[in-house]
Amino acid sequence: MVRAGGWLVRVERRTLVLSAALAALMLGAGLLGLCYGASWATPGEVLAALGGQGESVVVIRDWRLPRVLAGMVFGLALGVAGAIFQNLTRNPMGSPDVIGLDAGAYTGALVALTVFSGGSVVLATSSVVGGLAVAAMIYLLSSGGGLSGLRLVVIGIAVSAIVTAFNSWIVLRAELEVAIAAVGWSAGSLNGVDWADLPVPFTIIAVLLALMAAWSHTMHQAALGEAVASATGVGLHRLRLLMVLVGVGCTATVTSVAGPIAFIALAAPQIGRRLAGAAGVPLLPAALTGAVLLQGADLAAQMLLAPESLPVGVVTTAIGGCYLIWLLAKEVRRA
Amino acid sequence: MTSVRLRAQDLELRYADRVVSTRLSLDVPDGAFTAIVGANACGKSTLLRALVRLLRPAEGSVLLDERDVGSYAAKALARSLGFLPQDPLAPEDIRVRQLIGRGRFPHQPMLSLWSAEDESAVSEAMTTAGVDGLADRPVNELSGGQRQRVWVAMVLAQRTPYLLLDEPTSFLDIAHQYRLLALLSRLRDEGRTVVAVLHDINQACRFADHLIAMKDGRVVAEGAAADVVDAALIKDVFDLPAVVVPDPVTGTPMVVPTLDGRTGPSG
Repeated sequence: MVRAGGWLVRVERRTLVLSAALAALMLGAGLLGLCYGASWATPGEVLAALGGQGESVVVIRDWRLPRVLAGMVFGLALGVAGAIFQNLTRNPMGSPDVIGLDAGAYTGALVALTVFSGGSVVLATSSVVGGLAVAAMIYLLSSGGGLSGLRLVVIGIAVSAIVTAFNSWIVLRAELEVAIAAVGWSAGSLNGVDWADLPVPFTIIAVLLALMAAWSHTMHQAALGEAVASATGVGLHRLRLLMVLVGVGCTATVTSVAGPIAFIALAAPQIGRRLAGAAGVPLLPAALTGAVLLQGADLAAQMLLAPESLPVGVVTTAIGGCYLIWLLAKEVRRA
Repeated sequence: MTSVRLRAQDLELRYADRVVSTRLSLDVPDGAFTAIVGANACGKSTLLRALVRLLRPAEGSVLLDERDVGSYAAKALARSLGFLPQDPLAPEDIRVRQLIGRGRFPHQPMLSLWSAEDESAVSEAMTTAGVDGLADRPVNELSGGQRQRVWVAMVLAQRTPYLLLDEPTSFLDIAHQYRLLALLSRLRDEGRTVVAVLHDINQACRFADHLIAMKDGRVVAEGAAADVVDAALIKDVFDLPAVVVPDPVTGTPMVVPTLDGRTGPSG
């Protein structure tokens, strides 16, 4: 019995060690992000600048730091959003970027930009509404097939294509100034993120992540399937509603600032799950893996064609697209 | 006279526009092993799902201690009624002990602190179900018989006075079927109330104290097997010509079909 108890603790420990390692990796990538730029700074200079000393305070603290923090926090949010939807759909392809929630949130952002030309609160709200609208559309179209499975994913891919086309149409109709901004943003980019962009999305994401952390135990219980979950006391309706709201909220908030950054939400939960060797799709490894991936991709985006900075979405799409093809082939063979 | 704490009153059960049962009533005798039998698609599983609130009745109600099961908080009901569906779904990569631990969910607060009671409930359930040696094995690599015992252990870890199982013996070979039924009898002896949908009428007669025979969503007979099972009932419920003889081991009714493949169906 004691040995068995020790086993349970060991599982926890593996997740803990992994999480600590991922967190260290995330901070390391953050430091690298602060060092890297038109001119390299040493880690010592970076730390001094963070403390407000040295000559590169403006460059590091005002230009690079918001971008690095955005990569970190948005990566966490995207990883969690992916894990939520993969749990909900019971499918490794059921992530918000694949089923079109990013595209829907982007529609919301474009509408806010072209119609309301509002600030970050309006943008975030409008993105969430767009994401929820697409979620509702997919749910209605796939009703009868239930929430889970390949059917919902395939319908989501189709909806995503339609919504993306609609987004292009909005951009074409928009005024030149807005259109240029929107195009630079449509691939998903952290270029030009500054401090003013961050307080609203960071607050929203913090609230959503805290909410989901409190419900994560219940979410894992729901992975036992409808019948067993209900019979062991999970209120599925409430849980699912909450999961959709948090998942869409995270995705849409990121999209409202950085545009639709694809494939982080798809890949991070599965990588985190394999690393943690855990049952189901756990949230914490997904979140930290998301942060590491997004920061890594953003660094690559800055370095590949330096001094030109690519939108980070180009990098994630190029890598993630290959992963999606492999996943699709595997899933279709299984189904 | 046995007491009754779980009962169904005038249920109408339906999926969208397909009506399965109307005016269905029954009592589940406390501390007994009740078997529900009937032909395929006669509404047995649907009834079981209604008893554990997985299906809300369109009319009527299921009462536990004179209170509608719909009015219980989800976790409170799950501390009374344990349910094992026909083919439960294990999350990818979950291990035996972890899965059985999931049976403790209704006893845990929202942030899930693992208590000493959880620990002992899981260990006890594993011993009872005979899966001690499997603790670290991934559930998806087990044989059908092992997996079924693991799921039973999960429901046992829930420590509920009621156990409701939907065809727990399907996918098991004959030896495992009998071992599982013997386990359920033992749990009944320890004071639990067992309700199982069973396919095999002879097993139901041998192990159950109380038999409920269903046809087309209705209860056509209920009571002790010796009192209700005869050739006429088998003909009515299964549309199968048979003779009923005493089971040579237990003396309970044993159904022997008279179809032998050569004479064809007879009256």
